[in-house]
Amino acid sequence: MQSLLVANRGEIARRIIRSARELGLRTVAVYSEADSGSAHVADADTAVPIGPAPARDSYLDGARVIDAARTAGANAVHPGYGFLSENAEFAEAVEAAGLIWIGPHPDSLRAMGDKQRAREIAERAGVPVVPGSRRFAIGDIQDLDRAAAVIDYPLLVKASAGGGGIGMRRVDGPESLEKTVTATQSMAQKAFGDGTVFLERFVPKARHVEIQVFGFGDGTAIHLFERDCSVQRRFQKVIEESPAPGLPPETRDAMAEAALALCKETEYRGAGTIEFIVDADSFEFFFLEMNTRIQVEHPVTEMIVDRDLVAMQIDLARGALTGIDQAEIEMHGHAIECRLYAENPTKMFMPSPGPLDVFDLPEAGEDLRIESGYRAGDVVTTYYDPMLAKLIVHGPDRMAACEAALAALRAVRVEGIHTNRDFLIACLEDAGFRSGAVYTGFVDDNVKRLTAAKG
Amino acid sequence: MPTIDVKTDITGNVWKIEAEIGQALSEDDPIMILESMKMEIPVASPEDGTLVEILVSPEDVVTEGTVVARIEV
Repeated sequence: MQSLLVANRGEIARRIIRSARELGLRTVAVYSEADSGSAHVADADTAVPIGPAPARDSYLDGARVIDAARTAGANAVHPGYGFLSENAEFAEAVEAAGLIWIGPHPDSLRAMGDKQRAREIAERAGVPVVPGSRRFAIGDIQDLDRAAAVIDYPLLVKASAGGGGIGMRRVDGPESLEKTVTATQSMAQKAFGDGTVFLERFVPKARHVEIQVFGFGDGTAIHLFERDCSVQRRFQKVIEESPAPGLPPETRDAMAEAALALCKETEYRGAGTIEFIVDADSFEFFFLEMNTRIQVEHPVTEMIVDRDLVAMQIDLARGALTGIDQAEIEMHGHAIECRLYAENPTKMFMPSPGPLDVFDLPEAGEDLRIESGYRAGDVVTTYYDPMLAKLIVHGPDRMAACEAALAALRAVRVEGIHTNRDFLIACLEDAGFRSGAVYTGFVDDNVKRLTAAKG
Repeated sequence: MPTIDVKTDITGNVWKIEAEIGQALSEDDPIMILESMKMEIPVASPEDGTLVEILVSPEDVVTEGTVVARIEV
């Protein structure tokens, strides 16, 4: 491997270019018409245009990306996150073109991209999944009580054909079970033309905790501890941290063990993340999904274990990674990442594209990482996601990290568009957050208070 | 009958038009859907009325405060 093409844009493209350069590789950027003047283009040794602004015509067009690699003489492709990173056909096309794919085996991308298959693989590996029942076609209520008792209450009746919260009803005890199931069956029949339902455990107060793994492709793997990503708005993470506050050590160990079992089962190769729902009260945990790529929040892990995950990905792909022993991975202190978004928290977090007339970020240092694809004077377009920057801090403990994050956020100055800076500050100052009582409903339940400050 | 302007709250691209000229609309009925930063955001009718004018087409770029349609109330 001599030359690496980054099939992405923004902060992650810059971050990959940085590690690739440190490893002595020539770097190639790709860019859409909207990004010709972007920082990631300036950072790379060479940059190749790949089409119009809409992502489907540029960053999502695998054939154009592979052509760009040929044009620029790159012999490896790093996909970053999003765009083509979990696209098995693209990974295969990269390899078929004689290029090195810096990512998991395409079969892993395919298997984990299919929720039902992923659940089956997890079960086979002995990883706990959310308890669920068999399917009950319309009119079928046979042994319903017994199925519910196995799952336990509260539970959800879910329409098989539903999704995104539609066709879903909560049942708190056996007395209303049959009535709710029949009602959901008939509602689903009308709404989706399929009255089949199933029962699933409901976790009223859930946390989102994920385990960072790194597989060597031969059935061996290591984990790099957890990240708590419970603070979310519109199912998007806004604050991530490690270690997860208040998570009992035995829960963390059990989650890490489950994550490693899944890596072993799939002979997983490279960086990956296994997401779990954790019951905030009982600490019971269930497999949610596996992300087969580097994640947005990977710097949180890098800060506490002092490793470069992107360099590890590149080294593994070029056969230069010497085996890492689990015992070598140690956790130090506490890290927090805050995602600065171009959005208006006082208007239900609606996107706020526009010119960055002022864009001052604090200066990075040993315990403060700043990752951004933007500079003052750039325009945030409507074509891509609204993330402006990630601020990642490290401290000896959680309180110190909170204070460092607050100091970093207070040094952020953006004019020209709305941002969620004040919302992030309100979260970090919130007594509930400070106590470590985070859960996925935290933002929704406190949204008025958290967005009271001007955006 | 008075005509009122329907403005967008956000900057984005027009993705698709959901209503037709002459159509009776209730408050909050979607007139069109914008796309911005990977989100789909509907532009809804501010009041009950009849759609009399659509001022944009799919793929147009609109900025916050742009008048995109008019309704008669």
